[in-house]
Amino acid sequence: MGTYIVKRMLTIVPIFLIATLITFGMIHLSPVDPAEAYLAAANIQPTAEMLAQKRQEFGLDQPLLVQYVNSVIQISKFDFGVSYVTNKPVWEEVSSRLPATIELTLASLVIAIVVSIPLGFLAGVRKNKEIDHFSRFLSYFGASIPSFWFGYLLIFFFSVKLDLFPVEGIGTWKHLVLPAITLALPLIALYTRLLRASVLENLQEPYVLFARTRGIHEKSIMGKHVLRSAISPMITGLGMNLGKLMTGAIIVEAVFSWPGFGRYFIEAIFNRDVPVIQCYVLLAAGLFLISNLIVDIIQMYIDPRISREGRQFQ
Amino acid sequence: MIERLGVMVRSQKVIVFCSVILALFLLITIFAPWIAPHDPNLVNVTAKLQGSSLAYPLGTDHLGRCTLSRILYGARTSLGFATLIFISSLSIGLIIGLIAGYKGGWVDQALMRFADGVMAFPDLLLVLGLVGIWGAGLRQVLIALIFVQWVYYARIIRGVVLSLKEQSYITAAKISGSSQWKIIMKHIIPNVLPPLAIMATLEMGWAIMHLSSMSFLGLGVQPPIPEWGAMIHEGKSYIRTNPLLMVYPGLMIMLVVVTFNLLGETLSERFGLNTDNKEGRVK
Repeated sequence: MGTYIVKRMLTIVPIFLIATLITFGMIHLSPVDPAEAYLAAANIQPTAEMLAQKRQEFGLDQPLLVQYVNSVIQISKFDFGVSYVTNKPVWEEVSSRLPATIELTLASLVIAIVVSIPLGFLAGVRKNKEIDHFSRFLSYFGASIPSFWFGYLLIFFFSVKLDLFPVEGIGTWKHLVLPAITLALPLIALYTRLLRASVLENLQEPYVLFARTRGIHEKSIMGKHVLRSAISPMITGLGMNLGKLMTGAIIVEAVFSWPGFGRYFIEAIFNRDVPVIQCYVLLAAGLFLISNLIVDIIQMYIDPRISREGRQFQ
Repeated sequence: MIERLGVMVRSQKVIVFCSVILALFLLITIFAPWIAPHDPNLVNVTAKLQGSSLAYPLGTDHLGRCTLSRILYGARTSLGFATLIFISSLSIGLIIGLIAGYKGGWVDQALMRFADGVMAFPDLLLVLGLVGIWGAGLRQVLIALIFVQWVYYARIIRGVVLSLKEQSYITAAKISGSSQWKIIMKHIIPNVLPPLAIMATLEMGWAIMHLSSMSFLGLGVQPPIPEWGAMIHEGKSYIRTNPLLMVYPGLMIMLVVVTFNLLGETLSERFGLNTDNKEGRVK
């Protein structure tokens, strides 16, 4: 089991290196040179000497391979350079905005789990009954509603019409409700569907029939056995979707003016603040990989067959 | 004939229903200039922010442009660019998937590790990153969406090719002296098509959703081109006075995306295909 974990952890390294290579390639294939982008973002009229000086400062005069290796070394030390706009270290700027985003994503994760576990489970157990129709309706629409639009609909009904929640900003729990629901909706759709499918699959298993023939109470079969084994694919979904939460947060933060780092990222895009963009992209890729790793390890404890078969991460 | 059609409609309700809606959207896309009551970009400040009337069935926006016309033309923008994204990423994915699956060895390894690298990012994030570094604009958004999308086609195609390679009829074709090209064109491509067709319907919904998200953020389609996401972006300032301005385009996005998703999933259920839903990717 230990070797499996170590092996699985090692698979992350090359993937992350490829990810850094992709961002590096993106920056260097860009039609705008970083020195020029820096001067443009800082509102300085570029002169030839200044460009040359900045190029040297950024190490752009060195061979590409050297530049790449240097950037990987810096990234491994969480040094993402200096923001072109504020001239402060990027990591400082990003980490000061992280708590707001974490608050938002955790809240929506909780909402998603609290709603989708009972809904998905009941939908699977009562297939083709009202609750099942409702869950299918919710999972189709939840996955297809543009979240920015859904956010504005919520603002319109609950803030403008009913005046229950503030339109935007951060502070009390009331500020958190609408953005968290907006961010949670696609996840609710997905988890409900995953759990429903998994419950249906489990109901076909021989152990359910066996438990029934032994005369075990239906409630206990469902609650003790089916639910427990059906929840495992949902945990995978959870890990897979932390990345979705992060990108979803970008849009939700834009809608609700939530001062997290998703909104900061959008500002950086408009300012072409390349170090901030790079930091955000790599951070998200890293979180995405690590969350998948954690989910794999959790799953291994739930389902020991995974390590016994030595199933490789794909 | 009509009787058989009736049986088919009844047994394939969902597929028929979705196809009819999509056909309607296709008609709107093609005939937008004839159906639309006004020029979508015609500014008429004296008639701004009106409610629905005979002249303007869905009212007008902050510049007095006809909302209905903009919605109809918006179908053109959304479906048109989604088709472009789909065709481009499919072609790239098809070529790379065929090469990786057919050649195997280090070529396969290199291509698939690169694909893993692309998939290491949540998709919208990579799109935003590319657009951020290359600058906002429709062209960059399209390139970025294609760059993110080809990977999924390549992986599926590679998988199909790998399983086909073991089939005895391919070996037979090789032994009987068919060229590589002929094997690919005559034996492999036809087998790859059905899963691709299903994936394509799911991907169209994905492309429309993401293109409109980017336009909503102000990074994709730029005004005054009518596009649903951009219309929501413009309409959001009037949420207190004219909420319907942003309700209509959102409804359209939702309707199209739901239809594509429903059709894609019904098809894949029917044909027992396992698209990568295990990974929990909402299309």
